[in-house]
Amino acid sequence: MSNSDRRQRPGSKESHRCSWGPYISAITNRTTNLFIRGGMLFSVGVFLALVLNLLQVQRNVTLFPPDVISSIFSSAWWVPPCCGTASVIGLLYPCIDSRLGEPHKFKREWSSVMRCVAVFVGINHASAKVDFANNVQLSLTLAALSIGLWWTFDRSRSGFGLGVSISLLATLATQLLVYNGVFQYTSPDFLYIRSWLPCIFFAGVITMGNIGRQLALYEHSFLQQKTHQD
Amino acid sequence: MFPSLPGGQAKQSCTLPEPRREHYVNCNAQVRLKNPCTAAFRGRKQVASRETTWSPISRSLDALRRSVLGRPVLPNGRELTTPTRMTLREQLRKKISAAFYRHGLLCASYPVPIILFTSASILTCCYPLLRLPLPGTGPVEFTTGVRDYNVPFHEPQGDLGERPDWYHGPPVAYIQQVLVKAAVSPWDSSLVPVDVFRSPLGKVFSLLEEIRNHVHTDSSGIRSLEALCLQVTGLFPGLRRMQSVLPEHGCLLVSPGNYWQNQRELFDSDPDLLRTIQKHEPKGLHTSATLRDLLFGVPGKFTGVSHYNRKRVVTYTITVVLSHYDASFLNSLRNRLKQLHPSANCSLRDDHMVHVHFKEEIGIAELIPLVTTYIILFAYIYFSTRKIDMVKSKWGLALAAVVTVLSSLLMSVGLCTLFGLTPTLNGGEIFPYLVVVIGLENVLVLTKSVVSTPVDLEVKLRIAQGLSNESWSIMKNMATELCIILIGYFTLVPAIQEFCLFAVVGLVSDFFLQMFFFTTVLSIDIRRMELADLNRRLPAEAGLLPQKPVPLRTREVPPPPRPSPHTITLQTPAFRNLRLPKRLRVVYFLARTRLAQRIIMVGTVIWIGILVYTDPAGIRTYLAAQVSEQSPLGDHGGGVLPPHLPVAPVFRGGDPTSTLSIHPAPDPTTLPENQSQGHLGPARAGRLPHAPPAGPQITWGADDEEGWRRLSFRHWPSLFSYYNITLAKKYISILPVIPVTIHLNPQEAIDMRHPQDTRHPPPSIPKVSADFQTDLTLYKVAALGLAAGVLLVLLLFCLYRVLCPRNYGQNGVAHGRRRRGDLPCDDYGYSPPVSEISPLLLRGHSMDIECLASDGMLLASCCLAGQIRVWDAQTGDCLTVIPKPGLGRSISSSGCWEQRDAWDSLSGAAESECADPSNGCDGALEDECYPLRRRSAPSRPPLFTNQPDLTPLIDTNFASLPPSNVSTPPRVGFDFGGLVERAYTEHEPPSTYPSPSSASSSPHSCTLLQRSPSLGDSTGPSTQDSAVGTQGSGDVSSVWALELRGNLIAAGRSSGKLELWDAVEGSLRCSNEDSVSGITALAFLSNRIVAARLNGSLDFFNVEINKPLGLLHRGAPCRGSVPPSPCYSSEDVINCQLTRSVQCAHHKPITVLRAAAGRVVTGSQDHTVRVYRLEDSCCLFTLQGHSGGITAIYIDQTMVLASGGQDGAICLWDVLTGSRVSHVYGHRGDVTSLVCTNSCVISSGLDDLICIWDRSTGIKLYSIQQEVGCGASLGVISESLLVTGGQGCVSFWDLNFGDLLQTVYLSPSGDGQGVRQLLVLDNAAIVCDFGSELSLVYVPSVLEKLD
Repeated sequence: MSNSDRRQRPGSKESHRCSWGPYISAITNRTTNLFIRGGMLFSVGVFLALVLNLLQVQRNVTLFPPDVISSIFSSAWWVPPCCGTASVIGLLYPCIDSRLGEPHKFKREWSSVMRCVAVFVGINHASAKVDFANNVQLSLTLAALSIGLWWTFDRSRSGFGLGVSISLLATLATQLLVYNGVFQYTSPDFLYIRSWLPCIFFAGVITMGNIGRQLALYEHSFLQQKTHQD
Repeated sequence: MFPSLPGGQAKQSCTLPEPRREHYVNCNAQVRLKNPCTAAFRGRKQVASRETTWSPISRSLDALRRSVLGRPVLPNGRELTTPTRMTLREQLRKKISAAFYRHGLLCASYPVPIILFTSASILTCCYPLLRLPLPGTGPVEFTTGVRDYNVPFHEPQGDLGERPDWYHGPPVAYIQQVLVKAAVSPWDSSLVPVDVFRSPLGKVFSLLEEIRNHVHTDSSGIRSLEALCLQVTGLFPGLRRMQSVLPEHGCLLVSPGNYWQNQRELFDSDPDLLRTIQKHEPKGLHTSATLRDLLFGVPGKFTGVSHYNRKRVVTYTITVVLSHYDASFLNSLRNRLKQLHPSANCSLRDDHMVHVHFKEEIGIAELIPLVTTYIILFAYIYFSTRKIDMVKSKWGLALAAVVTVLSSLLMSVGLCTLFGLTPTLNGGEIFPYLVVVIGLENVLVLTKSVVSTPVDLEVKLRIAQGLSNESWSIMKNMATELCIILIGYFTLVPAIQEFCLFAVVGLVSDFFLQMFFFTTVLSIDIRRMELADLNRRLPAEAGLLPQKPVPLRTREVPPPPRPSPHTITLQTPAFRNLRLPKRLRVVYFLARTRLAQRIIMVGTVIWIGILVYTDPAGIRTYLAAQVSEQSPLGDHGGGVLPPHLPVAPVFRGGDPTSTLSIHPAPDPTTLPENQSQGHLGPARAGRLPHAPPAGPQITWGADDEEGWRRLSFRHWPSLFSYYNITLAKKYISILPVIPVTIHLNPQEAIDMRHPQDTRHPPPSIPKVSADFQTDLTLYKVAALGLAAGVLLVLLLFCLYRVLCPRNYGQNGVAHGRRRRGDLPCDDYGYSPPVSEISPLLLRGHSMDIECLASDGMLLASCCLAGQIRVWDAQTGDCLTVIPKPGLGRSISSSGCWEQRDAWDSLSGAAESECADPSNGCDGALEDECYPLRRRSAPSRPPLFTNQPDLTPLIDTNFASLPPSNVSTPPRVGFDFGGLVERAYTEHEPPSTYPSPSSASSSPHSCTLLQRSPSLGDSTGPSTQDSAVGTQGSGDVSSVWALELRGNLIAAGRSSGKLELWDAVEGSLRCSNEDSVSGITALAFLSNRIVAARLNGSLDFFNVEINKPLGLLHRGAPCRGSVPPSPCYSSEDVINCQLTRSVQCAHHKPITVLRAAAGRVVTGSQDHTVRVYRLEDSCCLFTLQGHSGGITAIYIDQTMVLASGGQDGAICLWDVLTGSRVSHVYGHRGDVTSLVCTNSCVISSGLDDLICIWDRSTGIKLYSIQQEVGCGASLGVISESLLVTGGQGCVSFWDLNFGDLLQTVYLSPSGDGQGVRQLLVLDNAAIVCDFGSELSLVYVPSVLEKLD
């Protein structure tokens, strides 16, 4: 059962409301652009959810291939769409940037974004593969890695704040889901779950924000070019 | 070439306000700036690093600088502060920067040794990797003896010896194989092919019975197979279709009998055994371990279970999987089986058991995340390397970057291994993360930094400068990354620690490789780029030569192959790369000998040969068949080759009936005894006595000893995986096989036949068809191979045609050579570039040139005599001559020839050049003065063919009557009647000339101009003025200011008259004389003309261009047939309207007027500079700060404003705010000229000193002492190339260092007057006046660097 899949869920609604706001009076072109961005982020989220889910189930991987497809979809059907929806959080970041009026200027390149995604997958990989002595060590390491991720690729205060709040909310939501019996973790250790989940959430939020910002930057420059041409 | 980017504007600078020049510099600015991404990429540190750029350069640029300031000054003018005032950080920074600079020089100087050294060190560091096991999931073996075998302990013991570390604990299972070889012997002619395997396979059931029931009894008790074997509980749930075949529970015992559920009855009643076996084969692509392999235990083709078995020996195994090892039980089983079925000639060794360890399996589920990480990695590399720009070979550099990272990782693993660390992590998994952590950023930063150094520097210096620019940030980043990774080391998680260790070592080795390997590669690349530029330029140059029309040659006094003594060529870096024919020579050699073509051809032939040889049905098989046929161990059945088949196929079919009709008679060797003769057709009866009947021989060879080796390495894992047992990271022990030989007699075989076996299709038919099929396959494969070869050749040929220039791809060798011979080049097809600069002299003016104006295409000059000439700036062609005004009437009164004669008698020796017919601007040869366009012009419109155009609008002022080549009109004066009459009479003679439209007026032009003295010229032949009697004194006005825009010449005269001339036609388009105060300066921007007058007033004119409504429009020019010019067509009516006159712009004469970027800047004797807006002529600022009259002003598109005054001061102003940015005193006299570049300000003064100032700090960098009288002439060709005029020569300087690059002498005699004016055109040509001549100097190597 994968845990990292359920990140960022609470942020989805919020992001919709917020990113709609400034654009509501804008031209339709901008709206379609927003939809395109949202769609791309959604697919990225679903894809990452599936892949990271596989990372989680890798431990007891079977030798015989026929069940690969089922193992990809081993989690509940609603998990990837949830992650996809949640990853629309990438819309939230550029929106907040424009609200705050401090455009994010740090490393706005696709190569940097790719690096960020790779590090995020790496963090997941490490949490799934590496044997830690105890949970405290695991969560401390993951926390350090997540902070390092933020510092390397984001370095914005708004990004940090958003990441922390969303990861806390997401953890709370997953806990609520667990209490209500929607799903349960394979490991009975409650503390285990609670300690490392927020870090993964945080890293995911940062990554998604990075992608979203880059997409928004593209749209921004594209629109600007267009107005220049006009 | 470079995309126009929005950010490009910011940095551009302009040395001269001419529009074309601005465009040129614009290009330059974009080169420097690259793209905005770069700028953002480098960020703030760019600013800082710029300053440190020069610090390591210890070139003494100017002794004066040191002596004046008395303190050590850096080349960029920064003073070196004393070390105590420097912080430690700055010191460190300087040191790092200097070290990087030196290192860059080193790398760029010795590229090959450094690359060799780096490769050697990479290989050395990777050497320990050889000892590491190769990554992969292949099994590892370990062999032990059977006799002293004990189950290894769980815990690895201390003295492992050569035991592998996985060899501990009991194996998953012991594999005991019983290898059965069975044959029907002797073979009988009555037997059918099915008999080959039916009865041998049938024996498996009795054997199985025997094995299952074997019981060993000794002192320790009774043991049966049930107790020892591996009990399986159930098949893997996904294996429904295997259920009927594989044992579902009980002992894991696999044999061919499983096909029939181990029941003899099923086997006996099976009508078609082969179909049963085939039924379970997977369709389509199957993995290596098929069910047939699993059950038979030997690879399918060795089983012999087929209709076409020539050996007639059937081989299969019974595989027993044991969970416990019991030596005595196994021995008794072995003995029992050997006893039952003795193998006579079996010598298999049975004293070794092999332990096979299997690596971790990578399932698809695990593969997907791995693949994802690799995809992300590749995306990262792609997006990173995509940013490499402005280099010769993008892909080459990207490859170098990737190689740098990868080999640094390999080095890191190698080094770690060397120092005793054995990697435990899965290399394939952590590899992408390592790459991402190490990153390609530094490489990109280096590339950007080097590429953005000045293009015209030497490669070595560029590399060094680029390195030192980024040194600080690289070191900082590296330190940060090391810190972060070291923190990771304290997580105390072994895996993370190991990762961090790898990353740290990888980072360090990556740094090493970046510094040595990548930098060197980059230097090579950049050097290649310059070479490529050279190559690109070559055809252009070759094409340039024939384009110059021959008549032009006559005008140049020094012909193009100039005697070199006039030119001192200093081989300087900027020009040196012009002669590098050696490498080109290699290329041309390759091209000439068509080496590539031939290599491709040879390669194709070799490839086809290999194809034929290795083809499964090709020659190798044929050879093998030949050999095996002759060898005694050859095939038994059908090894006789029918000689009529030239290429023998493989005879798989063993049926002898059709094949063996003819014995290979030419075969010298006799057939061995055991040649299969079991089945003798009637045709072979004759051979019967020689071949005694013998059954199929069962032989045991070394292959059989470990037959499982021939199986796929996934054989055992897949067998166990069916029962959900993983062998990953575990091992199994394979016991020595038990050989079983079974001979069956034919009767047994016949007894076991199924009724349907005999109804099997007659054996001859499949045989023949198989044979036929083999043939077909062979030919098919051969045809396909041939077709593929032909296709490949065609493809390569097409590629070759596409890639290579057509002219020698098409033509034959001789033809191509002949054609090349026509071109002015050597036999390599390489025309050496002219490395020395040969100036082009433009002659025609009779007196010293006073004004010079250019818009890049055209060049207008005005001499003291008042004559204006328009030249083609590219070719040096004289296009138009506009003579001195006022004389037109005198011509009209006296006639041209008469005038000429009069002039001839009076002209001095100095003017003889113009009279010289060879100069082509005079008399009979005057045609050549005319542009070619003129001749092609159709005749005048019919309206004007027979009457002159009397257009009063053109000529309201009679003094400025344009007498020039406008053939008919301007014969208007006060006396209209007489003039008209004269015009008519004038109209007649031109018909005798070849070009009547032009001839009538042009003869005068040259004549007249020599005769027309300038007002200010007292020494000239002004005495001739008296000869022109009809001229009023007010008409004698000289041109004081000249501007050229499009094809309009704006001339400001001393009489205060502003004239607009058509530069191509030489016709006066418009004039304005609202004021009588002489025009001292002119500025011409788009459609506005600003004129500064002697009385201090400033007049703004608007040039209106009206398209004519009709030909009858008043003032429409008479000649509508001239080809249109880019800006103004000749039909347009041009009006020059005074829009505003600022009467008291200055209360003293305006000395300088410059306009750019919508601003007009005037400098006056009253010590002030005023800035006006061009649109509304509104005065924006009055800039005060000079203590003397303003003598020089510079403004460009970026609104850089500099002014110099008589006090020797130079002020830099901010045009937007009107504030003074800096104020320096530089000259002991007037500042005569001012030019700014991006980084510096260049000024010259009356003291003949050229000073170069740092623009941002206002500190003098260095100065150049000029010759007397030439101080004012200077120009900036590119950001780093300065040209100054001297006595009869021009000199090129490297602006960055103050080096003299080259001096070009303008005249052969080398004497000469000083160059007083110098104009830089945008095609990297320089025009300078040189007494009465103009000199056009091309700087060839500058252009190629820029585009």
